[in-house]
Amino acid sequence: MMSTSGRVSSVLAGFLIRASAVIVTGLFLWILFDLLRQGLGGLSWEFLLADPVNAGREGGIRSIWVSTLLILSVCMATAVPLGVAAAAYLAGFTREESNLAQLLRRSLEVLAAMPSIVFGLFGNALFSKLFGMGFSILSGGLTLACMVLPILIRVVEEEFRAVPSEFRMGAAALGLSRAGMLFRVLLPLALPGITVGLALGVGRALAETAALIFTSGYVDRMPGSLFDSGRSLSIHIFDLSMNVPGGDTNAYASALVLVGLLLIINGITAMAMGKRFTGRKRA
Amino acid sequence: MTSLKTSTSFPSRIDRVLAWALRGAGVLAGSLAFMLVAFIAMESLPILAAIGPFRFFTDPSWHPLQDRFNLLPMLAGTLFVATGAVILAAPLGVLSALFCRYYAPAPMAVAYRRLVELLAGIPSVVYGLWGLVVLVPLLGRIQPPGQSLLAGILILALMILPTIALLADSGIANVPRDHILAGASLGMTRWGLIRRIVLPSARPGIIAGIILGAGRALGETMAVLMVAGNVVQVPTGFFDPVRTLTANIALEMAYAMDGHRSALFMGGLLLALLTIALVAASHRFGKGPAFA
Repeated sequence: MMSTSGRVSSVLAGFLIRASAVIVTGLFLWILFDLLRQGLGGLSWEFLLADPVNAGREGGIRSIWVSTLLILSVCMATAVPLGVAAAAYLAGFTREESNLAQLLRRSLEVLAAMPSIVFGLFGNALFSKLFGMGFSILSGGLTLACMVLPILIRVVEEEFRAVPSEFRMGAAALGLSRAGMLFRVLLPLALPGITVGLALGVGRALAETAALIFTSGYVDRMPGSLFDSGRSLSIHIFDLSMNVPGGDTNAYASALVLVGLLLIINGITAMAMGKRFTGRKRA
Repeated sequence: MTSLKTSTSFPSRIDRVLAWALRGAGVLAGSLAFMLVAFIAMESLPILAAIGPFRFFTDPSWHPLQDRFNLLPMLAGTLFVATGAVILAAPLGVLSALFCRYYAPAPMAVAYRRLVELLAGIPSVVYGLWGLVVLVPLLGRIQPPGQSLLAGILILALMILPTIALLADSGIANVPRDHILAGASLGMTRWGLIRRIVLPSARPGIIAGIILGAGRALGETMAVLMVAGNVVQVPTGFFDPVRTLTANIALEMAYAMDGHRSALFMGGLLLALLTIALVAASHRFGKGPAFA
């Protein structure tokens, strides 16, 4: 039988638990409504299609999202092939679960935990200074690629591992080369998982600010090439709200665009998750 | 069959090339962490060689242009902000996960989890914007200027709460069902089950989530930079403005030269070392790799 103190603690716990849910929901709604209230007013087709004027107080974000897309493209074009290949290696496709693979896994974990500003320092020292790329879209994109690699590799590796060994054995019994097995069996089966990894990586890269401040830089003009500096959407929000008096409206509108993009990517991830090989196997 | 060409010869040349390419990719990806630490250490070497490691903690102030390099106020700022955020967010996150698993009706639990996931997906710069425009003026009404240690703690707590809640949630979901059924058949109440069975057995997951949250809090730059006021001082109260290691780098990197730049990399090195210590802690006390 329950003691009185037990009953009191039970009631108290129930109250606290429900209260915490109310608090979290309340905060979420507060942020959401604030974003919508202050952002919707500034949002329009002109805003999306015009270049920023007067440090971004007026005009729109055309050059900003072009830069953002370019940075993302550089990031993904580097990270995806490298990540998929590294994941194939770690998933034991080369049949060696060596100490080396263990060490690599541990090191990727450290990489995943590194603060983004540290990536910014690294990118500034390596890409901007040593490789002479300066403040450029290329430098920013490559820095972000280092940042999203761990999560990409983790998701894709898991996906490769989820392919039942019968598939590999079957392919081997048919005399398929390792290359054939990778390109015709494993990659097609792992495609939904790769999509998930890709979407997670894009989401992370899109949300990133600190790693870009001194790699891709601040310049809000339309970039002419990958060697130009370009300002990402996240940096635009930061700059408008911190350094530009009277920039709040456009900062909010840009924030709304950014959050909207991330929601779309989340949706894609959720859809791809449903199709994942790991999911099918369990079903 | 089109695949015949690639499929006949057994340990073919293409396989050997592929094996080397994959190993190369693996090694490159895996060596990034070492390269990262090495580069940052290398860039902070000039200042370390010039003044030694101790003056970063004993110099009278942080005036890098006048050859004074005390990083202690920033280190204190980072630790205070992160600790405060974890103290606030950890209980709230765990309680919120318990709500999701044991108190909410099924449809509400699904909706609530989706909401927490959405919160986890909001970028830090948007939290910073909200903090700057909404939270800081509110705090400023209690005690100006509003940009303060407290503002930093609140924003960071909000940011890491979803992380902790989601990891606690998956830790709780992995508690063996048999244990819970056994407890229930002994007549334990819902809270009794949670306290005696669920929480102890979900502990590694919960701790992993808290450590991950702490890592986020230590490393967060933008949100803190936007709300914490960035005055270089060891705070004496919650309403004092503070500057964190991360904010210090973001603020000064743009114009830093020579020794100053090197000292900023030293701050980055401190952050990297703190992070490595946290990863080690998550292996020791949590259930291994939570970071990804």
